[in-house]
Amino acid sequence: MLDLRASVIALSYIVAAVLFIFGLKQLSSPSTARSGNRLAAIGMALALGATLLDRQIISFWNIALGTLIGAVMGVYFARTVQMTAMPQMVALFNGMGGATAALVSVAEFIRLTRVGAPISVGEATSIVLGTAIGAISFTGSIIAFGKLQEILPGKPLQFPLQRLINGLILLAVIALGVMVVMGGGSPALWMLFAAALLLGAMFVLPIGGGDMPVVISILNSLTGLAAALTGFVLHNQMLVVAGVLVGASGTLLTLLMSTAMNRSVANVLFGAFGAAGSDTAAAATAVGRTVRQTTSEDTAIALAYARTVVIVPGYGLAVAEAQHTVRELATDLEKRGVNVKYAIHPVAGRMPGHMNVLLAEANVPYDQLLEMDQVNGEFPQTDVVLVVGANDVVNPAARDDPSSPIYGMPILDVDRARNIIVLKRSMGHGFAGIDNALFYHEKTRMLFGDARQSLTQVGQALKTA
Amino acid sequence: MSQELVLGIYVFIMAIFVGFEVISRVPSVLHTPLMSGTNAIHGIVVLGAFLVAGSADTPLLHALGFIAVVFGAANVFGGFVVTDRMLEMFKKREAAAGEKKDA
Repeated sequence: MLDLRASVIALSYIVAAVLFIFGLKQLSSPSTARSGNRLAAIGMALALGATLLDRQIISFWNIALGTLIGAVMGVYFARTVQMTAMPQMVALFNGMGGATAALVSVAEFIRLTRVGAPISVGEATSIVLGTAIGAISFTGSIIAFGKLQEILPGKPLQFPLQRLINGLILLAVIALGVMVVMGGGSPALWMLFAAALLLGAMFVLPIGGGDMPVVISILNSLTGLAAALTGFVLHNQMLVVAGVLVGASGTLLTLLMSTAMNRSVANVLFGAFGAAGSDTAAAATAVGRTVRQTTSEDTAIALAYARTVVIVPGYGLAVAEAQHTVRELATDLEKRGVNVKYAIHPVAGRMPGHMNVLLAEANVPYDQLLEMDQVNGEFPQTDVVLVVGANDVVNPAARDDPSSPIYGMPILDVDRARNIIVLKRSMGHGFAGIDNALFYHEKTRMLFGDARQSLTQVGQALKTA
Repeated sequence: MSQELVLGIYVFIMAIFVGFEVISRVPSVLHTPLMSGTNAIHGIVVLGAFLVAGSADTPLLHALGFIAVVFGAANVFGGFVVTDRMLEMFKKREAAAGEKKDA
């Protein structure tokens, strides 16, 4: 029988688990999402509060101080980060969760070894997996953060024998894991920890920035799994339930994203997309082709005298924080009687729903946002398509060129519109790192520059047009 | 295998089904907030860090526990606040859509 204290803890955990499940359920619908997040937060407070009653806990000062520092850090970053930098913020917090899982596993192993308690094969396996997966999630997330924050190059980083070297590191992790389970002790576990940290970084480095949403989603579910494994180590069901909930839902989300990009998860992870092969293709197609530049004044006139305009936002909009500017421009156009819609590709930006979040922040009415299937039939009747910093999601090669690495990815058929104006920083490649035939199309005009500046200039020009 | 491990595996497998079932129908608009929300929930691992830090009796375990608590707490607090900020905007958008209907 459990004593009173243990019963209170166990019952609190059950209530918390139910709150997590209801929270997730409510997060799946726009009208209840916010309260769902709050329900989950209440569940978290309950679970953490109950844990403090555990008799195992004898000192509170480092818990209090650590929580205070972590909370201040987390809340500060969460409140000050620009909406455009949300994806990398999620990556960063995810990495911290992974690190926590790894450190907890290592610490528990050291404690058990020190008190001379027998470690069962089940416990040892959980410790090994918790350490390895947590560490991979940590460094993997940090690299993903670096790529999205543009501290690291977004292009896939490759070097000779990369797969061989990564394979060897993976083998080392597995071998060290087996050693720990067989009784290899703390030194083997520390080496495992280090090897897994290296593996996490190495496995994300060769993946292009365009695939980062899928990667972050995978790492998110991995951290959930690592948390569940620490539950096995600590004999704590709360950790198992919450960790697995995240692991399962994260896996589902990963699959949804890969489906939207028409690529398998294996392809994302091991394809080193946009590095090999495509450079020669890009060089070949660039020969003998010219882009046609335009000015903000010409753009303003084209927009002002169009009947229908479709705006295609992409990552460039997020980088330039141009969501408010684009909404103002759209409002001015509507005042002139132009019919303005937004076409949202499912993977535009860095995460599914990224563009919806940004445009919602700028108060773009919901009914103006069209999804890919709704809008694709309308392009032939569209007078002007304004592409704001989108690239791969409008690349006709995905539809027409079987040799293209993105062939088969569903795209927005903007090349079927009457006129196309592309706002872009430079002729650089998109995150997939491949050339885009749309930019050389005879109907296409390029307006180079920062998206927000360009849109502001177009808006000014519109007043006199 | 101990009875406890069997029970743990049982919970593990049931939770997989719940996890899949509970979010299987999500509009794509909510994918980013959902990922962020689940990200906050796996911050529950800070609970393990509490247990480690609270029972630490060597400097090394104190240090490991303390760092784990800091990271875990950042995951929990940051995760929920970021998710709330994202979802706040969905509320605004409904208001904006409502205004439009009124006009």
